Order: sequence, then C-alpha cells, then structure tokens
Amino acid sequence: MTDDVLEVRGLTKRFGPLTAVDNVSFNVRKGEVLGFLGPNGAGKSTTMKMITGFLSPSAGTAVVKGFDVASDPIAVKSRIGYLPEGAPLYGDMTARALLNFVAEIRGLSKPERKRRIEEVIEQVHLEEVIFRPVETLSKGFKRRVGLAQAILHDPELLILDEPTDGLDPNQKHEVRTLLQKMAPTKAIVISTHILEEVDAVCTRALIIAHGKLLADGTPEELRARSSAPSSLSIRVPVGGAEQIRTKLRALAGVGFVEITGKVAGIAHVTAAPDGNDDILAVVSDLMKRENVSVDQIVAIPGSLDDVFREITQRQAGH
Amino acid sequence: MRNTLIVTKRELGAYFSTPVAYVFLVIFLAAIGAFTFYLGSFFSRSQSDLQPFFTFHPWLYLFLIPAIGMRLWAEERKTGTIELLLTLPVSTFQVVTGKFLAAWLFTLLALVLTFPIWITVNILGDPDNGVVVASYLGSWLMAGAFLSLVACLSALTKNQIIAFVVGAAVSFLFLMAGLDIVLGAFRSWAPDWVVDVVSSLSFLTNFQQISKGVIDLREIVFFVTMIGVFLFANTAIVDLKKSA
Repeated sequence: MTDDVLEVRGLTKRFGPLTAVDNVSFNVRKGEVLGFLGPNGAGKSTTMKMITGFLSPSAGTAVVKGFDVASDPIAVKSRIGYLPEGAPLYGDMTARALLNFVAEIRGLSKPERKRRIEEVIEQVHLEEVIFRPVETLSKGFKRRVGLAQAILHDPELLILDEPTDGLDPNQKHEVRTLLQKMAPTKAIVISTHILEEVDAVCTRALIIAHGKLLADGTPEELRARSSAPSSLSIRVPVGGAEQIRTKLRALAGVGFVEITGKVAGIAHVTAAPDGNDDILAVVSDLMKRENVSVDQIVAIPGSLDDVFREITQRQAGH
Repeated sequence: MRNTLIVTKRELGAYFSTPVAYVFLVIFLAAIGAFTFYLGSFFSRSQSDLQPFFTFHPWLYLFLIPAIGMRLWAEERKTGTIELLLTLPVSTFQVVTGKFLAAWLFTLLALVLTFPIWITVNILGDPDNGVVVASYLGSWLMAGAFLSLVACLSALTKNQIIAFVVGAAVSFLFLMAGLDIVLGAFRSWAPDWVVDVVSSLSFLTNFQQISKGVIDLREIVFFVTMIGVFLFANTAIVDLKKSA
C-alpha cells in the first residue's frame, strides 16, 4: 500500500494533429508539493484539466486515492480542490454566495458550511470583500476567492493552476505560506512559470515542454543537473580588484569576469567558467601564486533558471 | 436531485442578479397584452375565453425563449466558469437538468404573472376554466420543449448571439413542422411516413390541441418526451465537448 494520492499514468491529449500532452506519468504523495514547470503552452493546464475530469484524455488516465477519473469521476472530483487557470468565477455572485454554492454542491452540512466558509475567509483574507459581487473585485482578490473555493472542503488533493498569478509580492508570500501550512496533510500540485516559487514551496518539481515530461526531481536535484559548473564570487580588498580581474581574464577556462560591487573597502569579483570545467582549483592556484589576500571564495551553483532553460530549449531545438 | 436543485437555485439567482429577468418579464407581459387586445380582439369578439391570449404564446416563445436559454451554456463557456462547474462533484446530467429547471421555473413565473387576464375574463363572463388551466399547462410544457432545445444548442457555442439566432431558427422549424412551409421540403423526396413523423413533431399542432381544451395524454406525452430528448442531447453534447 503506497500513500500515493495521485497517480498519473501515461496521460495523453491530442487536439487534432497536435499532441498537447504526450504520455505523461508521475505520482504525488501526501505531504508533497509538486511544482509543475514549463513554458507557456507546454501542456501544464491541459494535464491539470484531465486530472480534474474537465477534459477526457486521448490515452492514459489519472487515479486519485484509488479512484479512476475515467470510471468514477464524481469520487475523484469530490477529493480534489481545483483552481482552474485564470480563476474563472461567477461574476454576478458575491464572494460569499459563491463559496456557499460550492460548499453546498460539495455536500457540506449547514453548520459545517458556515464554519468552513468563515475559516477560509480568514485564511485567504477575504473579509473586506466578502459581500461584493466577484466581478467588481481586483485580480488579486478574484484569485483568492478561487483559492478559497478550492480549499473549502479540505481536499486530499489540491490542484492549483498558477495560484499566485496576478498577486503582488505580499499576497504571493501569503499564498505560499498557506500552501506550506496545508502541505503536511495534503498532496498539492501547482503549476507555475515562476522558478522562485519552486524554491519557495515545492518539495519536488516536474519540467514539461511540448507535452513531454523532461525532468522530475527535488529542486536541488534539478539544480545539480545544470551543466554549467559553479561560478565563483571572490571577495578581495578594493585596491587589488582591478589587477585580479585582468589576471583572471587571462586565465584558461575562465570566461566572464566582473567586479560586481565595492562596499567598505571590499570588492566582489564574479568569475564564471568558460566551458564545462570547474574553475575553483585554477582560480585558487592563481590567488596563491600571486599572493593576493582573499577574504572569501564562494561557489555559486547553477540556478534553476539555467536548468529550466537548458532542458526546455534543448527540447525545442530539435 | 439535491445537486440539481442546488444548480437550479444558483441559476435562478443569476437571472435575478442582472436586469435580464426584469427586462424579460416586462417585455413578455407587455407583448402578450398588446397581442391579446389588439391582434386578438379580446373585447370585440365578445367571447368569454382566453383563445386570443393563448394563440400568441407560440409566437412569443419563438423569440423570448431563445433569449432566456441562450446564456445557459454559452455564457459558462465564454467566461470559463464551465471548468469550475464541471470539476465539482456533480454529474453532467444533474447540471443540465438544474439549468433547464431554473429557466423553466422562470417561464412559469412569467406565465403566472399573466393572471390578471384570467381574472378579467372571469369578471366579464363565465369562461370554461378547465380549458384555461389546460391551456396554461400546455403553454408551460411547450415553453419547456423550446427551452430544452435552446439550451441544447447553447451548449454548442460560446457565443450567445449564435445561440440565440440558431435557437430561434430551429425553434421555428419545430413550431411549423406540421405546416407546408416545413413539410414541403420533405414531400418531394421523402416517403409518406417520414412526412407524417415530421408533421407529428409540430409544436404548434400539439399546442393547439391542448388549448382547445381537449386534454389528451398524447400532447402532454409529446412535450414531455421532447424535453427529455433534448436534455439527453444536451448532456451528450457537454460530455462530447470534453473529449474534443
């Protein structure tokens, strides 16, 4: 018995000649926050629509807590909280009426409905807009109403399509904190193209492009896939910075050198490798040979950004 | 059933949260009044029945029912809320019936609001109220048949204008199916039984039978069957669009 909440098996969606999602498989366990990464049009939303039963797959299926979305869609839907792309909502309803409608359909009893609605209003901070028609709300509030209806029934699986899109930095932070708080008791899948979000909340990330699953791992594992070796940040006294820059530039294997900051007599020199070889050894050799007093050399690992670009563009390139 | 009613409640609320409901009710009541008194010569024919009133129902429905029904699915597709709705734990059929029921109850309200004319005819004369009740029932059933047809067509598009125009056009065909304007298109090539079948699908003929006061189970079964068929077609269309 596994504690898999969601099991996606060979999910495929073809729209005419276009294959939007191509044989995608993965599992999500309780406690995991899975980041679904990919450029726009990669197939993230289409995959989510199939898992939630809004689109029927051309092949493959999704299983939630043992229920197959193809044969038992109602059982699957009742276990999922879903925020569709763009957070579509009934504009003519007030936020409260909308939450009440969703709670009713989800079968919450009357006292439970009242309690849960109060709770989620507090969780996503909707107090001030709760009696206003949804169509009059700002984008940020709409997104939060969408999030509120998704978590209303305390689902085992949360599927959120770009939950922080359109929110300001404070609101983004709040949503991420909320997700982290809920994470231990749920399985959460979020799609995003903001990579910092993956670092902030995800325990695991999938990279998808052109409908194909290209990478699956923890953010650290993915970062380690960066083919670019670490660049170095070197702290030296300001006086010697220019000289060091010239010498570093002359060094074999070093591509890019720049003085990135001078503060309180200390300069930061950043050196990036030219090819695929680690430059830490040659740089520290140089420093010793030249007898430069170095405060600190820090290796900066490849960023998720680089990995993401590499993986998705390699795919596009062929 | 519970889910159906929850959807119905929401949909009814949607009618009244915008001016649509009020505009519709005012136009319907004004138009039916004008038709009854001017075109139907309600007073000058000096008969205490509601024949001139009910005669115009099919023609008003031809335009007003598509106006109520066009938004049922097209609007959900346009705004994307259909994704919210269909990923809630409800079956497609429950949503289809819930939406239909809301619009049908709304037409019932419009019909109920015509009560002053019933009172008027009872004050002025001594009408056969059995015929009046039968006619009201027939009118409501016919409205339901038109409505389920329009709802079904609305599920095909995200454009409400298209839903309205196509809805009105197809409604016209069903309304006139018993008359030469439609039958003529079949007579030249189709066998007689096809012509008979088409002719029997006429909303107009079936409604006229009921409003004569001949409450025959056949006409009631006809309209109820029509509603059922279109609701199933509606469900099938919504489900088919999922795999498109």
